[in-house]
Amino acid sequence: MSSAATTVAQSQQQQPAAPREAPPSKGAAAARQAADYSSYRVVAARHPWRWVGTAVVALGVLAVAWSLATNPRWEWGVVAQWFTAQSVVNGLVETLKLTVISGILGFVLGFILALMRLSASPLLVSVSWTFSWIFRSTPLLVQMLLWYNLGYLYEKISLGIPFTDVRFFEVQTTTLISQFAAAVLGLTLNQAAYSAEIIRGGILSVDQGQLEAAAALGIPAWRRSTRIVLPQAMRAILPTAFNEIIGLVKGTSIVYVLAYSELFYTVQVIYNRTQQVLPLLLVATLWYIVITSVLSVFQYYIERHYSKGAVRTLPLTPLQKARKFFATHAPAPTRRNI
Amino acid sequence: MTETLTAPPATRGLVEITGVRKSFGATEVLKGVSLTVEPGGVAVIVGPSGSGKSTLLRTINHLEKVDGGHITIDGRLVGYEVRGDRLHELREKEILKQRTEIGMVFQNFNLFPHLTALENVAEAPVVAQGRTKEEARRRGQELLDRVGLKDRAGAYPRQLSGGQQQRVAIARALALDPKILLFDEPTSALDPELVNEVLDVIRELAKSGTTLIIVTHEMGFARDVADTVVFMDQGQIVEQGTPQDIFSNPQEPRTRSFFSKVLEPAFNI
Repeated sequence: MSSAATTVAQSQQQQPAAPREAPPSKGAAAARQAADYSSYRVVAARHPWRWVGTAVVALGVLAVAWSLATNPRWEWGVVAQWFTAQSVVNGLVETLKLTVISGILGFVLGFILALMRLSASPLLVSVSWTFSWIFRSTPLLVQMLLWYNLGYLYEKISLGIPFTDVRFFEVQTTTLISQFAAAVLGLTLNQAAYSAEIIRGGILSVDQGQLEAAAALGIPAWRRSTRIVLPQAMRAILPTAFNEIIGLVKGTSIVYVLAYSELFYTVQVIYNRTQQVLPLLLVATLWYIVITSVLSVFQYYIERHYSKGAVRTLPLTPLQKARKFFATHAPAPTRRNI
Repeated sequence: MTETLTAPPATRGLVEITGVRKSFGATEVLKGVSLTVEPGGVAVIVGPSGSGKSTLLRTINHLEKVDGGHITIDGRLVGYEVRGDRLHELREKEILKQRTEIGMVFQNFNLFPHLTALENVAEAPVVAQGRTKEEARRRGQELLDRVGLKDRAGAYPRQLSGGQQQRVAIARALALDPKILLFDEPTSALDPELVNEVLDVIRELAKSGTTLIIVTHEMGFARDVADTVVFMDQGQIVEQGTPQDIFSNPQEPRTRSFFSKVLEPAFNI
């Protein structure tokens, strides 16, 4: 294939009557001196396999799209009918609520755990390590059921001074741990265990010299973390953190074991009644895709914000790219002050 | 606090290092070092790598705790406080306060990459000395002017050359009006053609009455700017004296053998 490409290039090279004074037969030294390529036309290298690959993939994409559109068993009508149904939207709101609450609580707790793990106190370090170890090594499903059934293990929960009879208040565990509370508790603690490691990794990725310089300038410890270390750590934290949040969005679907009516449980209830299993799973899937897509947009802009100073010039946002494209490709550009 | 009363500029910044020892694990990197730098003096520390020069510098602002001996600045202990017959280690807050009197410039600049040049310079005066933001920014701009970076205040460190970055770092250290400035090989990470722009700034500072302690491998600069040249080897001060004494007439064989390797023949008059 490469030989074909070169013959094409050669045949085109010989077309222009170039001022080639010394033919190759006169000796290499003379040819080297006299050759002047300034009037030659440059022919870009050909990539035939790239075109073949593109065509194959395009065909595959087209086939998938065709089958999605024409196979009646996808029942797109049913999907459309349920997509914005009140019960589905209610479920969606519950899913978002769980994601936001456990996401925020999880990352706050994760941040505290990360600081504990990096502290000089052996007790704080081991408590943090043990927390991550336990919650990362037990299935989320088991954690959920455990929290929901906490009332079986401890009938009452009270706040007081340990090892004394002083009690400030006392409640029945079952009234305190609702389905929602169990779901938030399970998701938060699990999320905290993972995000602690992500945040710790981000903090470790910041050069030690940064802390030293800040300490030498007399900048207080809290300010060193928030102003100097964290903004730089964010660059390492963000991509993985968004992975986690996207995982959490879909992870909320596990709450169905508590019969909590979030998105996934809602569609299950519906298809058990109507027997339209696949179209309703498709409804849930499409909503998860929508949430993830919105999150990806946030991710792009937040990452861009924290790349300030890390790259010499910030890359254009898609909006700026589009504007630039239309500015340079417009048929009759209207003159305007930019 | 027993602060020296209205001290005139030339009398602030007396550094006295007495019998300082420091080990990292089993290796002893400082084996009882004593050195006095007069207020407004310029001491240049030279010596082979691994001789403990940088560690000594870092003990002066308590970035490294000493294992033995002590350091005072204008008669006040660094990092400790005398109570009765005991030395109490200062709390973080008090150590940070002491550090605002001691500026430090690092080999790798250590500028904060996510802050602009001006933000780098104006950060510490606000959070460590409680100045207003406007005041810190105005003073920061003045200092950037002084190191020749008037127009680069809004640039991020990665948009600056190595020499410019190091000059921002010097302005950042100056922003706290320190009594003492420590330079840890300030030109070792720079391309040769950028070295002089940094050395010129330090030369200016040498005339300003601030005490300077400089670790460097630039022998010509050392001869030029130093009151005292200190030669260190294997964790000890081998010899110290005026540049004339040390460079042209070293007494110790170790000093002579070191200079015979680092000084170019043309320079060794």
